[in-house]
Formats: sequence, C-alpha cells, structure tokens
Amino acid sequence: MNASIPKLLSVVVATLAIASLAWQSAPKPDVPIAFRGATILPVSGPPIENGTLLIEKGRIVGVGAADLAIPTGAMIVDVQGKTIIPGLVDTHSHVGGISGADQSASIQPGVRVIDSINPRDSGFHRVVAGGITTMNIMPGSGHLLSGQTTYVKPRGGPAIDDLLILDDAGRPMGGMKMANGTNSLGQPPFAGSRAKSAAMVREQFIRAQEYKKKIEAARDHPELKPDRDLGLEALVEVLDGTRVVHHHTHRSDDIMTVLRLQKEFGFRVVLHHVSEAWKVADEIAAAKVPCSMILVDSPGGKLEASELKLESAAILEKAGVLIAFHTDDWITDSRLFLRMAALGVRAGMSREAALAALTINGARMLDLDRRVGTLESGKDADFVILSGDPFSVYTKVEQTWIEGKKVFDRSDPKDHLYATGGYGAGHDQSPYFCCFGRLGGQAASASQEGQE
Amino acid sequence: MPTITVSFRRSLAAAAALTATLACSLASAGDTSPLAIRARTLHTMGPLGTIENGVILVRDGRIERVGPASEITVPGGMRTIDAAVATPGLVDARTVVGLSGIYNIPHDQDQLERSAPIQPELRAIDAYNPREQLVAYVRSFGVTTIHTGHAPGELISGQTCIVKTRGNTIEEALITPVAMVAATVGPSAQKEGAKSPGTRAKAIAMLREEFLKAQAYLAHRDAPPPAPTATSAPTAPPPPPDRNLRLEMLGRVLKKELPLLVTANRAQDIASALRLAEEFKFTLILDSAAESYLLVDEIKRAGVPVILHPTMWRAVGESENLSMETASTLRKAGILVAIQSGFEAYVPKTRVILFEAAIAAANGLGPQAALATITIDAARILGIQGRVGSLEPGKDADIALYNGDPFEYTTQCVGTIIEGEVVSDTPR
Repeated sequence: MNASIPKLLSVVVATLAIASLAWQSAPKPDVPIAFRGATILPVSGPPIENGTLLIEKGRIVGVGAADLAIPTGAMIVDVQGKTIIPGLVDTHSHVGGISGADQSASIQPGVRVIDSINPRDSGFHRVVAGGITTMNIMPGSGHLLSGQTTYVKPRGGPAIDDLLILDDAGRPMGGMKMANGTNSLGQPPFAGSRAKSAAMVREQFIRAQEYKKKIEAARDHPELKPDRDLGLEALVEVLDGTRVVHHHTHRSDDIMTVLRLQKEFGFRVVLHHVSEAWKVADEIAAAKVPCSMILVDSPGGKLEASELKLESAAILEKAGVLIAFHTDDWITDSRLFLRMAALGVRAGMSREAALAALTINGARMLDLDRRVGTLESGKDADFVILSGDPFSVYTKVEQTWIEGKKVFDRSDPKDHLYATGGYGAGHDQSPYFCCFGRLGGQAASASQEGQE
Repeated sequence: MPTITVSFRRSLAAAAALTATLACSLASAGDTSPLAIRARTLHTMGPLGTIENGVILVRDGRIERVGPASEITVPGGMRTIDAAVATPGLVDARTVVGLSGIYNIPHDQDQLERSAPIQPELRAIDAYNPREQLVAYVRSFGVTTIHTGHAPGELISGQTCIVKTRGNTIEEALITPVAMVAATVGPSAQKEGAKSPGTRAKAIAMLREEFLKAQAYLAHRDAPPPAPTATSAPTAPPPPPDRNLRLEMLGRVLKKELPLLVTANRAQDIASALRLAEEFKFTLILDSAAESYLLVDEIKRAGVPVILHPTMWRAVGESENLSMETASTLRKAGILVAIQSGFEAYVPKTRVILFEAAIAAANGLGPQAALATITIDAARILGIQGRVGSLEPGKDADIALYNGDPFEYTTQCVGTIIEGEVVSDTPR
C-alpha cells in the first residue's frame, strides 16, 4: 500500500477543515477529529489552554495540549478562542411530552416513562441547544412512586430506541421516581398526610422484600417461583441497588424521612430539588446521600419551596455532599442549564464544584460516570463547544456533540431558532406540571395555561 | 471522584475585597443623611451616559449632582459608599408582586378576581401588600420601583399602581395610585362552557360594547346644560347619571387620562388590540406581546410601546413562539420597550427583571440597551421618567450597586438605595 496517498489526503482534509468552526459536512464516521486551540475544561483535571481534543469512532481518544499527537488522516477543526467542556448531564428532566402513573394509585412501580416519550418533541432541540447530552427523563412528583425513569442521550431520534442508554447487558437504563411532601398528597387512593405517605411506601417495600425472598427461595426450586409482578420486579431491582431511586423532596423533615426510609430498606437514592437541604446539610452528608439540586430565580410558588435559597449549593458543597444540578424542564429551561450552576457560583459555590455538578457528579448519580461526565480518553465523545467562560451570560453554546456526532450547531438557522425561540420553535411542546392542577384555585389561573 | 482543579480567569479576591468594603459602609441602613456614592463605572442612563470613576451626591433623598470624580469633590465627613458599578434603581414595568405572594395559597393571591370578566373598578391599592416577602426579594436585586397590579387572565382584570419597593403601608410606597387599566386579549381570558367570552371574536365584541357604554356615560355625565333660547325659559339640566365606578374608569381610559394595558401574545390578538385602540382612540400599551416581532411595522406605526414578557418566560400555549431576541428586534425598529417580570403561577413565584434583561442583553440587545429596558425606558412607558429611571440631578436617589457587570450571572447586587436610604445591603 502506498503510504503517501493517505498522508497527502490528510493535508488536504486538514487544510479544508481548518477554515472554520461552522464547518457543516458530516465527517466520515471513522475519521478521527482533532479540535485544536480551545481552552479545555476536562473536569477530570486542570484546564488546558490551547488544548487538543481528539475523538474517533464516537469516543474520546486523546485530551492534551497543543503538542498532542494527531493521527494521520485526522480531520482538524480550529476552535481557537473557544471553550470545550464535557456534555452536560441533566439528572431530572420532563422533556418529551411524557407521562407516568395515572390517578388510579399513588404507587405504580410497573409504569415506565419510556413508553410515553415522543422523541420528536421540540424540547429535545432545546436540550441540545443547552449543551445537555445525557438526561434522566422522569415521570412527575404527583405520586409517592410514579414509575420508572429512563436515561437517554438526545441523539435526535427518530425512535425512542435511538435515544436510550443501554447497560452492559443491552438493557435500557433508568431509575425509579418517588416523591414525598405535598405534591404526592391527595384524596384516596392517594395519601392524605405525611405519615400515611411513609406508611404506604414502607408497606410497598416490605411487599417487595417478601417477593424478593420468594424469588431467592425459588433459586433451587423453580416450582416455587412466584408469578411475575412488573411493579415488584422493578422494586427488587431497587432493593438490589441496580435501580436508583430519584426522590423528589423539598422540606427538611421530608428529606429526613427519605433518609429514614433509605436506611430501613437500604436502597440507593438521590435526593432531588431539596429546597431546604441547607437546613440539614450535615445530616445529608453523614448519610452519604447525593443531592440533585434545582436553583430557581425566586423562592415560593409553593409552600415547600418558600425557603429555597440560591446559597443552598454552596452550603451543601461545604458540607461535603455530592451535588448535581438538574433542569426539571419545564420548571427551568434546558437551554439555560449552565446558568443554574452560575447562580450557584453567584451565591458562593466554587466554580470547580459548579462545573462538576453539571457533568461528572450527575453522571455518578446515574451510574454513567465510566462513560460520560468528563473529557478523558475512553469516554463517550460527548462535549460542548462554548464561545467563552461557561458561567458568563454572554457565552453561547456553539456546538453540542454526542458520541462523535454534532447534534447542535448554532450557526445553522434551524438550530438557532430552537436556541433563541421564535415562530414554530415551540410547536409541539406541552407543559409538564405533575401536580399543577391539584394546586387549584388561583394557581391554576396562570396566564400561560391558556387553553390553546 | 476525580480531583477537579479548574481555575478561572476572574479575580475572585478582588471582588470579595470590594464586597467587604461595601458591607462596612452600608451598615448605615435607615440613615437618610447626605450621601456620596463613588462608582468605578456609573451608568447614568441620562444625558451623561456612562461615567468611569463617577460620583453621585445625594441630599434629602434626591440626586444633587452626578459627574466624574475629577469634577465633583465629596465633602469631608459625608456618608460615602464605594461600588464597582452603579445604575439607576431598576424599574419593573409590569409585575404582580405584592398582590401575588410567595406562598401561592389563596391567602396571598389577590392578583386576579374571577367573578366577572370586566372589572376595571378593582383598585390595585386595595390589594397591594408592601410587606410581602417577594417585594423585599426583588429589591435585593436592585429593583426600586414596580408597576404592579391586576394580572392578565380576564378581559379587564382591574387597575395597576406604581410603588417604590419600601414602606410599611401602601401610602408610604405609592408613586401613582392608578397607573393603568389592565386588559387581556387572547385565550387566557376565555372561559369554558357557556360562559363568555368563549372565543376571540366574542371577547372583542364584549370590550367594544363596554366602551360604547362608557362613551354614552361620559356623554351623559359631561353634557353641557342646554342653553336657554329666546322663545323658551331655561330648563333644568337633566340629572347626571348615577356614579358608576366601572364606566368611570373606562371613561378615564377613553379620555386618555389612563392607558389601557393590553396583554396579548398571539399576533392576531396583538392586531385586535391595535384595532380596538384605533376605534376608541385610547392610549394603548402592549403587554407581554410574545409574537410582537411579527407585527413590528404595525406596532411602530401605531406608536405603541411594548412591555415585553420576561425573556426566560416559558414557551407554551399562546407564548410558544416567543423569542429571546424580541426585545432586540423591537428596539432596533425604534419601538419603546421595557422588560417585565410578569406573572408566574408556580415556581419561581416571581421573576427578576435584572435576570430577564441579562438574557436579552446576551441575545442581540446588548448591555446598554438592556439596562434601558429596566430603567429609563420602563420609566418612560410608565410616565414617571421625571422622577426615576436615570441618575440626574433632581431625580429620586434610587440607586442599585453591583460588584461587576450587573448582567453577569456571577455578579452580585451589593446594595439598593431608595431616596437616599440603603434598603438592602445583603450581596445577592
């Protein structure tokens, strides 16, 4: 084989590609791509000025300085002046026109959100416009247990199968959504009080423990195997620690209730929202339970969130709690996910912790830290090219890449429309407020809930 | 967990030192003695523009002098505050804070009365709670003046008022007791079932009928007594109509004493508002106006200002087509624009205009114009530009202080001053 031809080709390709970041044509799938000249914030290590990010076949194959060796034949993209960060991990999103459990019961572990997601929902365009490359799509908090969540990458569809994240055995990954406090209260069959809520959850987990015992007892006696029960099967996964509980909780006493149940049943749990976590930061740290937080622009809107503080993130950081952020999209906008961490910084969080809370920490909470969350060789080529400092209001997400494919490019007018909004950008979106209707009265009179 | 040692360019130490200085000097809350403010960057939003190393002298709650430090000597012993950046106190051109409270329970939600579609007689001053926590919350981000009152959601939901974000009573807070009459055109003001208005066309028909009634009421009330003629003795004038609060208010709109603030988001609803204003010759101010970028020429021709929805408002239902670039589009066309915090029914319970203008600044508007939308241009739309909205001699000493670019996510508001009094000094 004549070695000079590929070498010559590589020079030609490099010359062409180096011209601009707005380069549109899709690379050949197997051609390595080197992004050169950016400030790289790998999260796994110190920032690299004038760095090089090398990807191939959907994976990161090199992260280094300007002198990083670039293989012959690689396409070179000049990203001088830009900043590259890992793709963001959103541990709690409701994008996709989704649904979970219905009103027939408050605990429905057999229900899967995967069976409701519309991969064409324009919300996914906003997700990638915000630099999010991994998300946990969840049913709502209007139930004690509203169903199984699904971990996805917004790769663009067309089918939900194209978005799923599979485990080593090829099964779709996901967690279990639970809630306490006022959202999950209601008329029977829903719990009417906090104590009843906890009792119902405990009874359900005890049933799951009994079911698990029967399955274990049947290991050597197949004739003793109990009938399949979709809900209990999923809860056995929770008891086994292979399915993480994602638990909505706001008030400090409700947070403590989750920790109490966690201790009793030994499941793995991530505390979500945690408006009053700042009151029990040491207890959360002692329990070694991670928190997925939301920071919103003002407290209130519901009693449980009336003592929410932007300082919460800094307080938990100091207490040594593993912290991630989440959009809770529709509550906050996926396009502005970087902004949430910046608000954490505004209120005292370190920049390092804030960036980790958008990336690797969320990946850890989803058991995906081997694959995503940092820029390291061997990990998925999920990254975001920013115009500048990740925590500046003036910084734009210019491109978002998932597994080596560009899924968002702000210079493309269609993507720009989704990034800024405009005519047609929100067409098939629907708000997802788990328990909005139940708030009743004045709250339901929102001008934005126009019946169109 | 991997070790993370990201370092960033910005010098946090400098910012922290500055904040510390400020925290000391702001310890004089409640003090209304003469005050000097020295700012490294002073955005006057007035004829002096932006001044590097600027000074503001305050006496008796008013601005006495503004200018560069090279021209203004701070008298010895005067109460002095140093800050990186000073701007006029922010003016929120449309909110419901104070009528709508933090808890979102019936006890603190007075922004919308649902008993009838047309109730312009509802006064904002009878519902505003100056001690509401959300008032103090927005104040801590530099907001000193709010145009608050009845929310969108009924054809005519009631009146609005303008207050400063301080005071124990409405009287202490008040600037303008009746600022505008709030109306809504579009699906959010429509009813289910057999109730009216159930459609867009019916809604406009109802408004037109109500304005015709108000015209007749005015004609009757204000009719001159019949002049005596040569052949007949003077007759007694017809008795004036009984007072009617509703028609009185609409009469004030028809006489252009008060603007009609019309919330409309879809382009056809905005067009209906323009058509209505042309028919009845009232002063129209467009509110929210998500699709206003589709009707730039029409709005410009009508000379109508726009109090635009929050930039980060949720794009859903009638706002599904909103754009973060609308403020920029309208302003470039020469339309007077303010950015509002609006109304939120859930979480967050209020938005903060500082944050909303920041996103507009980063989406085509630019920082200077964005600052105008929450200061001087907001004041112009509200008709209070003689008193607030810019830092000029004679105006109220309402000032917001920041430890950097006010719009940067990581910059904090470090002080808020109303009429020379420090009303907030917790860095936010």
